[in-house]
Amino acid sequence: MKTWTGQPLDRVDARLKVTGRAVYSSDVPVANVAHAVIVGSTIGKGRIRSIDVEAARRAAGVLSVIGHDNAPRLAAPAPGTQERGLQMLQDDVVHYDGQPVAVVIADTLEHAQHAAALVAVDYRAEQAVTSMEGEAAHAYAPKQAGRDPADSERGDFDRAFGAAAVRIEQTYTTPREHHNPMEPHATMAVWHGPDRLTLYDATQGVFVVRKRIAQLFGLSPDKVRVISKFLGGGFGCKGSPWSHVALAAMAARVVGRPVKLVLTRHQMFAFVGFRPQTRQKLALGASQDGTLVALRHELLSETSRFDEFVEGSAVVSRMLYACANVRTSHRLVRLDISTPTFTRAPGKATGNYALESAMDELSYALKMDPVALRLKNYAEVDPETGKPWTSKALRACYESAARRFGWERRSTAPRSLREGGVLVGWGMATAAYPAGQSASSAEARLFADGTALVRAGSQDLGTGTYTVMTQVAADALALPIDRVRFELGDTTFAEAPLSAGSRTAASVGSAVKLVCLELRRKLSELAAETPSSALHGTKPDRMDAADGALFDRDDPRRRQSYADILKSAQQKDIAAIIEAKEKAERKNYGTYAFGAQFAEVRVDEAVGEVRVSRMVGAFAAGKVLNAKTARSQLLGGMVWAIGCALEEQTVRDARTGRLVTRDLADYHVPVHADVPVLDVILVEEDDPHVSEVGAKGIGEIGITGGVAAIANAVYHATGKRVRDLPITLDKVLVTS
Amino acid sequence: MHPFQYVRVRESRGAVDAGRAAETSYLAGGTSILDLMKLGVERPNRIVDINALPYQKVEESAGGVAIGALARNSDVADHPLIKTRYPAISQALLSGASPQLRNMASMSGNLLQRTRCPYFREVASACNKRRPGSGCAAMDGYNRMHAILGTSASCIAVHPSDLCVALMALEASVHTERPAGARAIPIADFHRLPEDHPELETVLEPGEVITHITLPATPFFSRSRYVKVRDRASFAFALASAAVALDVAQGRVHAARVALGGVATKPWRSVETEQALVGEPATLATFERAAALSVAAAQTRKHNVFKVALLKSTLVRALSSVAEVT
Repeated sequence: MKTWTGQPLDRVDARLKVTGRAVYSSDVPVANVAHAVIVGSTIGKGRIRSIDVEAARRAAGVLSVIGHDNAPRLAAPAPGTQERGLQMLQDDVVHYDGQPVAVVIADTLEHAQHAAALVAVDYRAEQAVTSMEGEAAHAYAPKQAGRDPADSERGDFDRAFGAAAVRIEQTYTTPREHHNPMEPHATMAVWHGPDRLTLYDATQGVFVVRKRIAQLFGLSPDKVRVISKFLGGGFGCKGSPWSHVALAAMAARVVGRPVKLVLTRHQMFAFVGFRPQTRQKLALGASQDGTLVALRHELLSETSRFDEFVEGSAVVSRMLYACANVRTSHRLVRLDISTPTFTRAPGKATGNYALESAMDELSYALKMDPVALRLKNYAEVDPETGKPWTSKALRACYESAARRFGWERRSTAPRSLREGGVLVGWGMATAAYPAGQSASSAEARLFADGTALVRAGSQDLGTGTYTVMTQVAADALALPIDRVRFELGDTTFAEAPLSAGSRTAASVGSAVKLVCLELRRKLSELAAETPSSALHGTKPDRMDAADGALFDRDDPRRRQSYADILKSAQQKDIAAIIEAKEKAERKNYGTYAFGAQFAEVRVDEAVGEVRVSRMVGAFAAGKVLNAKTARSQLLGGMVWAIGCALEEQTVRDARTGRLVTRDLADYHVPVHADVPVLDVILVEEDDPHVSEVGAKGIGEIGITGGVAAIANAVYHATGKRVRDLPITLDKVLVTS
Repeated sequence: MHPFQYVRVRESRGAVDAGRAAETSYLAGGTSILDLMKLGVERPNRIVDINALPYQKVEESAGGVAIGALARNSDVADHPLIKTRYPAISQALLSGASPQLRNMASMSGNLLQRTRCPYFREVASACNKRRPGSGCAAMDGYNRMHAILGTSASCIAVHPSDLCVALMALEASVHTERPAGARAIPIADFHRLPEDHPELETVLEPGEVITHITLPATPFFSRSRYVKVRDRASFAFALASAAVALDVAQGRVHAARVALGGVATKPWRSVETEQALVGEPATLATFERAAALSVAAAQTRKHNVFKVALLKSTLVRALSSVAEVT
């Protein structure tokens, strides 16, 4: 029988999407819906003296104007939670530019927008401090860097670095970046009486939203239903319920009608998170043969005054190379900014850029091929724990990507490739991203018509979760794929985790596989117990499944279709639900996906313009569940690498702390013309340890390695090392 | 968005009459004004849609070419008369915006395009152009994109148009209808310097409607070029740009037209550069010497110092390219 998993199947929701019939959160048809518009602060810090809402209240169609003086009081956040601090009109304090200070609700969006412009807020402004460098002296050590310790020490860095034959010490900086998914954040809030709420929300975690909103509004979680059927991207900024979700629910309660609240692009720069800026100090010591003997990685990053988010950039230096003497640290400064958050490959994209740039600098100092340097320091086991990897086909990634790229033809000296006034450069870097798994539940139901419905309260960010889970379920149920339907994005389904950290395939995939196997087991028992079944009396463990039927392994002629079993038993359906915990044996291993990226850039020497002309990435991420959606995910990551290396940067005015870039005209992301042919090589690994489905995550690794490969190529092209992202032409022109 | 009345006019007299009222804006392609209305920067009480006026054609006229004010950017860019006689205009148009925007954007709208200064586009910021007398937040703010030529103490906003730079080099005239009758305005006189009144951007009077743009019958304009340098390969405003036309015979420059963009408060003709080119051999050395004059009067701010060197390189690139000198 055909195996569905791994096939490059078209998305099961492709037709819905291209015909405009996929219903996104803000598109859900809800009767009598009112529209809410958030008014954002126009100062970087201070207090609200007063809000004049008279003109707004009198404007056509306005139902209500909510400010901190008249907003319903919400419960304080549960102590000790990891949740983001929200601004929900509970006081007069302005923490950052663009903070919600009022909400206008009207009968139409146009009326609400117009009235929102009439709200006049009088502020008592204070000096906002938003410069990280300026506050570096006040940096503090966070308790954790995400799931990892904030600091680490193995061996004796000082001694080893002092004795190293070749040393590199450099500082790399990366800017604030915003996620900018195509679909804006959107929430539709519908109350059914005073204590039951439905939210249609553009979120990466329906259960996370449910928990938070229930707590804020003093409801039991089972009274809140959150639905998120389609997402136009998330990248981390839809991973936490931000202020607008609570404000939409509040607005709906105040006006006694369903309320729709969609953020503007400007607001998406203000209060739904961003990748914080980093300053990373790297020190590498090596012996003459390229053996890495000392490695230090110190991160300085930023968080808000009221919240903590740690960009775990230095973690990569603990695991990427075999090195006996490693010291890493994370420090934060508090600034008058909104809270940063997970941004596609959080910590990893920034940390990998710095480490892999320093490795490139080391390769030139050693006059050693960059690939050879990495192979010299190849970590056969997880160097921090000494545990074996569940799998690590990184050598195959280096080899296959280098061959496809033509790396053996590389001319070693910087500025040695030139076509007229264009300098050509080649660079490479290692990619790595953790292969995590979270506990997830799933439910499955088989019907008497021989079809199956599998559900989990997961989300599809546009990555292909619907498709991949359908494939996994079809294989586990031994059903043709068109007889399996997979549904997600609803808190009435079995609970699944936040779609983040490249964990969905491994986490939800494992749950889907296990629940389908459990359903088969229950069906086997049913067949064995049912007198009229062809399999009556057969031991369930002797039964196997194929083509939608169970059969006796010892006598394959004894078989009965699922539909007939249910009919024999006079049951209209049969169901199962399970929770898949993190695979127990994982704790005995290092769990990472790896890859190698190679980039070619062309730099116009006279004007400094840098364009990427080709990229090759090879990635080993366990079993590939769908070769087409996997490739798309990796391509997306590589495009992000181009943006991160060359274009993306959020700017605040240093005097006021206010945002200067707040739309996609000023905040540049790559356009088609910036993206050359990207070559993705999938190096499959047979990994029985990492998850039930053998898959590692694939959503984020595509950025890692790519940023440094491009930056390293710019150095190779120009002989100039720009250590401050993005590498814009002004920096290329002035760097010597 | 501020509520407004929408009216449609079908002939130019109606447009002139309708446009004379206060707080009135014309609507052509709408790619700029709609954006600014959403931001609250433009708040007209009345929108006069002029798309039904018969100003769509591109045709020969008095030896030169006349371009209707409402011709779409993409149609002009692809027109054989423009591509062969005034290639810099086609190149400038195609270097701007995106295909979708070019399909909508009109020629007259492009002439009246407003600055991309982020402080102009955000209503809570100080901006003398948007709110006269309120100050200039860009002066000591984030001014990487801002002007180094034609600035004043009240404004350093860049004129963002690519097209206007090419029109400036190729000595276009802007033709209008107004209450007092028709007139032709040389492009060099069309835009104002900011000086003390950055809110006044052109010499157009209330109720004055642009009908067409003419280009002169100058044969060497067929050897013209637009070069644009930007932060990404497409859909980005110029950091520096140059439109040039050169008349070169026997290796010597007989006539030159040079205009600069992305660096000035209005489309910038560099007469000093032109004069330094005329009579000189068409060599890289000449171009570099002449280009240096274009930035002699440059005044930089904190974040745009790089534009001086960049502009010189961009101009040399344009001159070398049109003269086929490397």
